[in-house]
Amino acid sequence: MAEVALRQIVKRFGDVEAVRSIDLDIPNNEFVVLVGPSGCGKTTTLRMIAGLEEVTSGEIRIGGEVVNDLPPKDRDIAMVFQNYALYPHMSVFENMAFGLKLRKFNKAEIRQRVEHAARILDITELLDRRPKALSGGQRQRVAMGRAIVRNPKVFLFDEPLSNLDAKLRVQMRTEIKRVHQKVKTTTVYVTHDQVEAMTLADRVVVMNQGRIEQIGTPQELYHHPKTRFVAGFIGSPAMNFIPCRLEESGGRMRVRISDAIVLPVPASRSARYRSAAGRELILGLRPEHVTEPRHNGRGEDSDFTVTLDVVEPMGMETMVFFTVNGTEICGRVAPETAAGPGATMRLVANMEHMHLIDPNTNLVL
Amino acid sequence: MTTAALAVPATRRLGMRSSLRRNRRWALILSYVFLILFAIFFLMPPYYMIVTAFKSDAEMARMATNPWIIADGVTLDQFRILFTQTDFLIYFKNTAIVTACVVVITMVISVLAAFALGRMRFWGSGILATGIFLTYLVPDTLLFIPMFQIVKWLGLLNSYWSMVLVYPTLTVPFCTWIMIGYFQSIPKELDEAALIDGAGHLQMLFKIFIPVALPGIIAATIFAFTVSWAAFVYPMAFLYSSDQQVLTVGTVTTLIRGDVYKWGMLMAGALVAAAPPLVIYAFLMDYYIAGLTAGATKG
Repeated sequence: MAEVALRQIVKRFGDVEAVRSIDLDIPNNEFVVLVGPSGCGKTTTLRMIAGLEEVTSGEIRIGGEVVNDLPPKDRDIAMVFQNYALYPHMSVFENMAFGLKLRKFNKAEIRQRVEHAARILDITELLDRRPKALSGGQRQRVAMGRAIVRNPKVFLFDEPLSNLDAKLRVQMRTEIKRVHQKVKTTTVYVTHDQVEAMTLADRVVVMNQGRIEQIGTPQELYHHPKTRFVAGFIGSPAMNFIPCRLEESGGRMRVRISDAIVLPVPASRSARYRSAAGRELILGLRPEHVTEPRHNGRGEDSDFTVTLDVVEPMGMETMVFFTVNGTEICGRVAPETAAGPGATMRLVANMEHMHLIDPNTNLVL
Repeated sequence: MTTAALAVPATRRLGMRSSLRRNRRWALILSYVFLILFAIFFLMPPYYMIVTAFKSDAEMARMATNPWIIADGVTLDQFRILFTQTDFLIYFKNTAIVTACVVVITMVISVLAAFALGRMRFWGSGILATGIFLTYLVPDTLLFIPMFQIVKWLGLLNSYWSMVLVYPTLTVPFCTWIMIGYFQSIPKELDEAALIDGAGHLQMLFKIFIPVALPGIIAATIFAFTVSWAAFVYPMAFLYSSDQQVLTVGTVTTLIRGDVYKWGMLMAGALVAAAPPLVIYAFLMDYYIAGLTAGATKG
């Protein structure tokens, strides 16, 4: 059990700067997910914590101790790899016991720990099998078991679910969360899947181009993104980014996205946006905030009519796509209200959830 | 109309299927014809060797008999004379000692070298690996002249220990090359997992890499064994007394005197000499084929 602290961590591979001076504090027992697109530096960061990559500059502390120059085995961490990395010539029991044997635990202790971990992961009946006789999900459980038996200070997960099919991925996601609740340990988890990040994390760290874009709880990132990147990365389908002009007249602020469509800015936001009045900005609106009129007293002003290009029924809801001034916008409507493609539909924008982004800085105002 | 429209493609489909089946049958027939031809071609020499080894000298001398069958009955005379009246057993013992030493030396050097070159990234490891393989391309018919000087300088001329020294120059480069390939094919997460589990480099080699790369190690062992069991040029050049001689050169020099070929004993000797490689192949092939890396990672 320990906290992890990264101080101005930089990693260079030749001329390429993979990680650009990041700072991160992970308190004891927290489940932190590093998320971002390929090449954003999340895996490199994890591997530096593990000791599998050297740190170019900066400081990594685990449990208060600087570990920059410690080899992986002395950092008291355990790691679960994307492709499981089970030892193919050993049984499940031997795979899980390997780390303990190397650390000279006695046989009774090893057996007790392996059996305990096997019970947690429900793999007791697999202990005598070789990895090749296991399914993908079972192999992933064994890989987690190998981490659990060591009772390390920190668990590191490197995209552990990427190789599983969609259904199993959802099951294992729940499993990982359940295990973390049972075996309270500081956990750093890397994924490119924002749904995984949102569902698993106590806090999510969104990375892009070697930098941390934002750190926050899943709810914070979803509702209060600080940058255009975070706003677009978190949430599925992605947030709509619509070029607009912020107008002010008679003390009321509005967002004009076309000659015909002008949307009111809620009074509660007026003060925040006043300084940007008259500027060309980008309106960020999630698909679930572009819906059919729901008579919830939001006012007529935010209603507008569009011609639908594409309609995608999802069962519980229907995604509708339309174009305003060359920008494709996605809305999420109740299936029974959706018009067909080519037809006009009246929609409403829930401006309580709007975001305004400065196109020059890409920061959310 | 509808029935006719449906019927035509159905027939066509059936026709296509039967022509597929016909093609496959022809492919199979051709495969078997060539397999049988190859089998006959490759099995004829061993068959001739076996038949001749169990014949009497008298039967061989009679030109009228069919050389492909044993007409006068099976005899073990050739083996008895070979074992009791020639130095064959000394050659056999020398060859066994040389081969065992060469296999051990080769495997120790090439496994360690391949582990270092294949898994531990260091400056120049790629060039070094290619360089090692290039040395294998220099034929022993060229190498034996400078090698002769070295062996003489070491005072090992006419000693089978010189073979223990020179054979690894043939076996180590190739075995290292094979092992580099095997070690490189092992996913890097496996050694990272071992590092995190607390293994040092040697523990990683012995507990993870060697067991996982066993098929490669066996392939390399078979190669080293075959090369040192069957080498001809070096013993021909460096060994000349009977007590130091090895099977390949010893059998030939003892049993061919001028233009007199002792065919029966030559074939009996060849048969006995071929037995250990056959046994080794048969024993190790099972391990060789077992795909041990399956299940290490997703696959």
